[in-house]
Amino acid sequence: MIPWFALAAGVPTVFGLYWGFFETPDILSQQKEYYRIIFVHVPAAWMSMWLYLVLVGWAVLGLIYNTRLSFVMAAAVAPTGALFTGIALLTGVLWGKTSWGTWWDWDPRLTSELILFFIYAGYMALQSAIEDSYRADRASALLAIVGLFCIPLIYWSINCPDPTQCAALHARSSLSAIETNILIALWTMVFAFWMYSFAVIFVRVRNIILERERNSTWVSKLVGGDPS
Amino acid sequence: MSTSSSSQAVLVLLRRDLTLAFRHRSEMFTPLFFFILVTALFPMSIGAERSLLQNIGPGVIWVAALLAALLSLESMFRSDYEDGSLEQMLLTPQPLSLLVLGKILAHWLRTGLPLVLLAPLVGFQYYLAGETLITMMLALLLGTPVLSLLGAIGAALTLGVRGGGMLLSLLILPLYIPILVYGAGAVAASATQSLPAQPFLLLLGAFLILAMVLTPVATAAALRISLG
Repeated sequence: MIPWFALAAGVPTVFGLYWGFFETPDILSQQKEYYRIIFVHVPAAWMSMWLYLVLVGWAVLGLIYNTRLSFVMAAAVAPTGALFTGIALLTGVLWGKTSWGTWWDWDPRLTSELILFFIYAGYMALQSAIEDSYRADRASALLAIVGLFCIPLIYWSINCPDPTQCAALHARSSLSAIETNILIALWTMVFAFWMYSFAVIFVRVRNIILERERNSTWVSKLVGGDPS
Repeated sequence: MSTSSSSQAVLVLLRRDLTLAFRHRSEMFTPLFFFILVTALFPMSIGAERSLLQNIGPGVIWVAALLAALLSLESMFRSDYEDGSLEQMLLTPQPLSLLVLGKILAHWLRTGLPLVLLAPLVGFQYYLAGETLITMMLALLLGTPVLSLLGAIGAALTLGVRGGGMLLSLLILPLYIPILVYGAGAVAASATQSLPAQPFLLLLGAFLILAMVLTPVATAAALRISLG
């Protein structure tokens, strides 16, 4: 399955980036070429939130049904989620420099996305700090559920109660207001990022399982080492 | 289980924890001195310019309060964990979340409340006066219990983990950010007179109520995970 997902990630990425770079208008409202970074920025930001929901979903399943695989899935999702959060922040920084003239601004959405990054980091730190995997799984799952507050915070962070107090630089937007051309590239990239996540997460799940079951006979048979 | 025996258990636990705290006075005073020291470092390092200090005062005092709370968190369950009384608490017929609430209350009474009472003293260092000081005390009064409540989750999760202190700060500080924003916001609003401070205080109160309901349950679950 993994090669197929990798393929399903690679091809649309190339297509989406091509479409985004060459088939879309050069100038969008007041923005010039640099607006094209949204084809990476927006899908990455969406993925950072979606993957957190996926993570929490697996964590909840694991806590309810006591299934080991659920925790493995949750643990495998976290680095990819953190990666996408990082990409979203980084591309945002690059875009902000050209568009707003500043690398960083304490816009509510930027701030809450940064908090999400820290929550991912905390999840992974807790997971790796506890040596007993039974306890590590459950403790980090609980932490993930507590950190869930951040997702609606990011989602609604554009609704600024008072414009004089918090200058919300991310304005409310609607998908139907976007040109078809741009939407094609955007949706292709979203699809590609999902497929990439599937591919990488499955590889990681396989590795985690192998690592955890390293003392069992089937693993030593698989890797061909002596069962010591 | 009748409600009277549950509340009795909480009271007994509260009295026990406070007695223990008074027997270990140095442990109790360390976070307070830390708070005073950190807030005194800033005027020394950036210069004692009146308007500058008035501007950064609210933020600095809140950050120092956050760090002081963080320092004292580790000890919330540790000694009970080490001498085994925590396991006994898990075995009592009273709901664990209620007992946890008692322990958190005791923690707040010995670390949070003194901080609130000390706050005007620190406020003088930053040339805050009159109404602003009262607002700051109110904000701290509403905010510091939330710090103890949220921190309890982290303390329970990192119980007995190697390098738990650093880990604890990584887990808990992102969760503290909303309290910091609105707590410092209340003081700043009152200091500059640009906005009414009441909405900030109301939001802090809402956080407090929410945290009081949810965090003891999460902490109890975390303790069960940590103790296996």
